[in-house]
Amino acid sequence: MGRLVFLLCLLALPAKAEEVVLGLSRDKVAITATFEGSEVLVFGAVKREAPIPETPLEVVITVAGPSLPVTVRRKDRRFGIWVNTDEVRLEAAPTFYAVATTGPLDEVLSISEDERHRVSIPRAIGPAGAAHMAGDAESFAEALIRIRRGQNAYQLREGSVAFDEQTLFRTAIRLPANLTEGAYPTRIFLTREGRVVAQFETVIDVHKVGLERWLFTLSRERPLVYGLMSLAIAIAAGWGASASFQALRRG
Amino acid sequence: MQIYLPIAEVSVNAFLLLGLGGIVGILSGMFGVGGGFLMTPLLFFIGIPPAVAVATEANQIVASSFSGVLAHLRRRSVDLKMGTVLLVGGLIGAAIGVVIFNYLKSLGQIDLLVKLCYVAFLGVIGAMMFVESLRAIRRTRSGAPPARKKHGWVHGLPFKMRFRASGLYISVIPPLLVGVSVGVLAAIMGVGGGFIMVPAMIYLLGMPTKVVVGTSLFQIIFVTGFTTLLHATTNYTVDVALAVLLLVGGVIGAQIGTMLGTRLRAEQLRILLAAMVLAVCGKLALDLLLTPAELYSIAAGAGGH
Repeated sequence: MGRLVFLLCLLALPAKAEEVVLGLSRDKVAITATFEGSEVLVFGAVKREAPIPETPLEVVITVAGPSLPVTVRRKDRRFGIWVNTDEVRLEAAPTFYAVATTGPLDEVLSISEDERHRVSIPRAIGPAGAAHMAGDAESFAEALIRIRRGQNAYQLREGSVAFDEQTLFRTAIRLPANLTEGAYPTRIFLTREGRVVAQFETVIDVHKVGLERWLFTLSRERPLVYGLMSLAIAIAAGWGASASFQALRRG
Repeated sequence: MQIYLPIAEVSVNAFLLLGLGGIVGILSGMFGVGGGFLMTPLLFFIGIPPAVAVATEANQIVASSFSGVLAHLRRRSVDLKMGTVLLVGGLIGAAIGVVIFNYLKSLGQIDLLVKLCYVAFLGVIGAMMFVESLRAIRRTRSGAPPARKKHGWVHGLPFKMRFRASGLYISVIPPLLVGVSVGVLAAIMGVGGGFIMVPAMIYLLGMPTKVVVGTSLFQIIFVTGFTTLLHATTNYTVDVALAVLLLVGGVIGAQIGTMLGTRLRAEQLRILLAAMVLAVCGKLALDLLLTPAELYSIAAGAGGH
């Protein structure tokens, strides 16, 4: 079995003649109290030992946030009022997903390669919740994508990757302010005529720091202390305002 | 200035939150309502997750009510005895309400029920108060003496108690029942219940308007404090950073509101509250009746089953 894999690797070698060398402007994003979103510059080069082939190379870059379960509900008119009638549960949908490419996605990546690597937004949401999907489940997945794209949580930015001399590429991925903590897998695909010829994967780490970290941990690990602290702050603030206003009126 | 909220996991403008807190605080001090029925929808609107909005709002109401009640205590316009009776009823009611809430949640239509509750109660109470205050104002204009309090069935009940601050000698059963029913509704609708409590005290118990506001605030502190602790320990949805921003504006607003409240006459105060209640009711009713721009909505988690 091991030998077979080795042979396959050897066979695949000509295709591997081009490799990705990657850099990130930052591989850690710290969420502080004044976090307003962040821009991560993804840049790199294509390393090759042979001359540049005739057919042009294309670059596709994806950044995905942690996947969480999500419920999509649809409203319908019943007895004259609009109520939630149907719902579809998705076991896992990325909280953030961005695709950046050098050209139109359907030209730089073939459908079969898209299916294999789950690159485009509908594929990335994918069949994760298929077990609960029935009938017009498609429209629920579409709605999820539509709403999240409106919130900039899902981004499709075709042609936003700059690719110089078929060698140096770079793009800026804009992470919005309402980020979920966790690992953000980042993938870079080199494609030629729709086929993936090289692939590279890395991770951007997004986490809370300082006061944000402390409050979050406290609320999860010692909820009663956290709740009492919230109440104490509320009472103190109420008393403080009352006392200072009284002083103002006297003064 | 943008602030990232650690529990809500969204970034919002700090001054917007201070402003919202201030406006709702003014209303709270003026009318003795916690302001939750206004603030919670506003927080939804600026993108705070509903669960966090409801829980954090309870914490903020504690602060603004406490600030308001201190101002009322100085003016001796709190009936502590009545407040305690209402509170006992309120806590019993809240416990019943939580059970009902969880049952309806398992059925999957809790959102609709909450909205219908809002529309029905806000509509009925708002309309009643509006008509009554309008009549009262017309009466004072025409110079006719105000009608005497009627002695109805309420005065025939046993367990009578003297409520000195309110100038009442009535049975404890009606205030206890008012407390229980407000507690149930408060737990289902996720608010302090002041906007139901205030009219109930005026119209059902016959308390003087000046005492009603302080007494309502007094019992709201305890009910919302209890709710905050429940949310913090079971759902982990109290965002203290959001609460601090809201309550800084809220406590200052509550003081201003209390001062404004003393300058207005009781009928004017009531008609303003009625107009506000009707406005919120109208907005919620329209949401239910008009075709929404987006038929789909997404909620975190696999809830709903």
